[in-house]
Amino acid sequence: MKSFSRRKFLQISSATFASAAALGTINHVTKGSKLFAGDKTKTGTYQVPTYCNLCFWKCGAIATVKDGKLWKIEGNPLDPLSNGRLCPRGTGGVGAYSDPTRLKSPLIRTGARGNESWKVVTWDEAFNYIADKLNTIKAKHGPEAVAYFSHGIGGNFIKHTFKAFGTPHIFAPSFAQCRGPREVGFELTFGDVIGSPERTDIKNTKCMALIGSHLGENMHNSQVQELSQAVENGASIIVVDPRFSIVAGKAKYYLPIKPGTDMALLLTWSNILIKEGLYDKEYSEKYGIGFEQFAAEVSQYTPEWAYTETGVEAKLIIESARELARYKPASFIHPGRHVTWYGNDAQRSRAIALLNALLGNWNHKGAFWQPTKMPIPPYPYPAYPEAVMPRADNPGKKYPWAGEEEGLTNGIREATITGNPYPIKSWVVYATNLMNALPNQQETLKAIQNLDLLVTIDVIPSEIAGYSDVVLPESTYLERYDDLHSSPFTTPFLGIRQPVIDSPDDQKPNWWIAKQLAGKLGLGHYFPWNDIEDYLKFRVDKAGLSYTELKEKGIILGAKKPVYIEEGVEEKFNTPSGKVEFYSTQLAEKGFDPIPKYEKPEEPPVGFMRLLFGRSPVHTFSMTQSNPILQDMIEENEVWINIDIAKQYGIKNGDYIKLKNQDGMVSNKVKVKATERIRTDCVFMTHGFGHQSKALFNTYQKGASDSHLVTKYKTDPIMGGTGMNINFVTIVREA
Amino acid sequence: MARYGMVIDTLKCVGCMDCVVACKTENEVPIGYNRDWISYETTGKFPSLHQEIRSERCNQCDNPPCVYCCPCGASHISETGGIVLVYEDKCSGCKACMAACPYGARYIHPEGFASKCTFCIHRVETGELPACVSVCPTYCMSFGDLDDPQSDVSKLLASRSNHSLIPEAGTKPQIYYLT
Ligand code: SF4
Repeated sequence: MKSFSRRKFLQISSATFASAAALGTINHVTKGSKLFAGDKTKTGTYQVPTYCNLCFWKCGAIATVKDGKLWKIEGNPLDPLSNGRLCPRGTGGVGAYSDPTRLKSPLIRTGARGNESWKVVTWDEAFNYIADKLNTIKAKHGPEAVAYFSHGIGGNFIKHTFKAFGTPHIFAPSFAQCRGPREVGFELTFGDVIGSPERTDIKNTKCMALIGSHLGENMHNSQVQELSQAVENGASIIVVDPRFSIVAGKAKYYLPIKPGTDMALLLTWSNILIKEGLYDKEYSEKYGIGFEQFAAEVSQYTPEWAYTETGVEAKLIIESARELARYKPASFIHPGRHVTWYGNDAQRSRAIALLNALLGNWNHKGAFWQPTKMPIPPYPYPAYPEAVMPRADNPGKKYPWAGEEEGLTNGIREATITGNPYPIKSWVVYATNLMNALPNQQETLKAIQNLDLLVTIDVIPSEIAGYSDVVLPESTYLERYDDLHSSPFTTPFLGIRQPVIDSPDDQKPNWWIAKQLAGKLGLGHYFPWNDIEDYLKFRVDKAGLSYTELKEKGIILGAKKPVYIEEGVEEKFNTPSGKVEFYSTQLAEKGFDPIPKYEKPEEPPVGFMRLLFGRSPVHTFSMTQSNPILQDMIEENEVWINIDIAKQYGIKNGDYIKLKNQDGMVSNKVKVKATERIRTDCVFMTHGFGHQSKALFNTYQKGASDSHLVTKYKTDPIMGGTGMNINFVTIVREA
Repeated sequence: MARYGMVIDTLKCVGCMDCVVACKTENEVPIGYNRDWISYETTGKFPSLHQEIRSERCNQCDNPPCVYCCPCGASHISETGGIVLVYEDKCSGCKACMAACPYGARYIHPEGFASKCTFCIHRVETGELPACVSVCPTYCMSFGDLDDPQSDVSKLLASRSNHSLIPEAGTKPQIYYLT
């Protein structure tokens, strides 16, 4: 029997959370290094450090190729985001490479839009076609008539091309369809945003409240790792959710709230903290402004009243509020991530921020940290042309707190449909499936009809690709370099993505696409570098770091800086008053409630239930359902229906039904999960399934699409985000 | 001699299936087959519910019926830590072991032999943890020598309430779940 190295074992098991770096350097060679001289026909194994792209968290990873075949992807122990452990999607990244539906070569549409009929063209033909159309549009309508949509770090280089082209219209659905309200709510209150990764200190917390956040199903790696640490530390977890989520099973207090009434609970919690004198009085006096008005305003919200609105027993509301107070400032209410729910989401996020303010926890250990980031100088590009026309996505700044960096996707869609304030004639879409990201697919289709050019650049043939005039196949993250990665986090770090293996077909990396397209558009001087590595090396050198070391290790850590008040961070608030704004003069000046107010949600019509949607741990948005490994884990989504309701309808677990929404929209057939784990007034499904693109043949029409059923949305008057949890569905028995 | 086992903390586990995915890539488990899986057990009436989530696999039984019933001598107890393994070349694919296993841990590989969790013996022999243990983002799994009172697994079992699966089958399972 081979002796078992106990020492190494201990080393591994003790390297749990904090000391992952103690594992030391990774023994690896990069692809093409002398060990195998880049000859993949030889047998043997090589490893390449890179970072994951199965979601936007961008965990440091190490991919292993064995005998020329991509074998596995593991976490990079040096990486502070993953601590050497990827989430299931990251581990299943191998399947992104082997996905049988991958786009293989550039395509130009031959049939009607949406018919998915194509001719294969060369890259040169595709670029000429695109450049011709873009230049014509520019000559006739100006560069502003072109909008670029992207998701993730991979979109950076093409973004640069379109900024050079002269359009201010750069978009990402991550603002108006996801976390925008939260950033606005916190910025209005504390003068700073939450950001990504979320600056929540889960690992050190003593008590955390989750409002609809389903960590554990939502696999943002660091957050899930820290959740486990909080469980180990015996932290109190409070879960507020109409569905008994995975994390609800770990909660000390589970509040089965009626959907749409969160604001009633949040304001009542505030009232309890103030009435019972449990809030941090000194903090609000020293750092707050408008506390008295806030206290007076929320005094109307009693636990007994809240029970009638939320369905959560008054006792439970009181006890959970006291629990939060007991551990302040090492307790917090999690701001969530996907928070575009009811169209008053910035105000709800503000109510969350204000509760945190009552706990006096901003930048305090166990609640929030102050992000630190490795400073990497930008590449010195020529200045972009000045925009001539004001932006079309938010004319007259109708939504005063709409983010400019990510724009209002729904706003530009509106402008594309109406031609107001001026015509939008082209959309270029990178790695975001607009058909599923935006609410109301009919509106998206209407907008598309007005376009002279729709281009999609992606790895797989998403629904939006199916409607495009030109489709460009991108290499997966395992086959390309990408921009440098230094996210704001508790430790400054720098990560590199580098190719592990060659692209199987005629796919190309985004940087190459961006540079070639710029060349065709006469903007070649915006890409003064020849090869992506020249660009990367330039920036890393400028930062005073070693490019060779970065390539070898995948991650370089910076010097740790203070991230908590307890470590010397200053109590500082970048609001206009320089204080925590319990009363927001900014909001009042624009005609909004300076203090959040409760509004009753609309009730479902008789026989209907509210449609809720969320995440699965093994899938990201609508981009992973065709990944053969992740599909092997979960192939289709289910609709969660309360078991008593299911009985009433005579349906049981595993039956297939369809859902019909208030506007008569009927879903694909979907499997029933009849369960105790959800209220009777709502149903739940995971987002991303029910694909309509035939080219995604291995996942085509498997499960149902919530996007299909979200025909109704309510726009947040403060920031322009689209509240999407306002749709109701009824059950249609499968014939 | 070492007796390898696993101790899995159901309070930490979120059922994300990372263990299943990691096993799949590490051991090149074919699509459509799995060596490990997640079980969810919910009891109670909404909203007073209790949930136990378990990452399950071959229990590497100390009294393994799959080994005793194997007509080919393919299923055997390895010298390394008492892990139950299959000699793929000796296996006829008769499925007797599948019928004998109370946990449904085995499957017939498309190439015709019985297959299942090996505790990643190829990794363990080089001092690495099994793939599922090393990948878990919740750190809910521990692996080690149950005969060594100083091992993490022994210490966890000594300090926390726990149970194994279908102990009444008399198989002496070597995987324990902390509750
Ligand atoms: S959280 Fe998961 S999918 Fe996202 S980057 Fe990390 S490992 Fe990849």
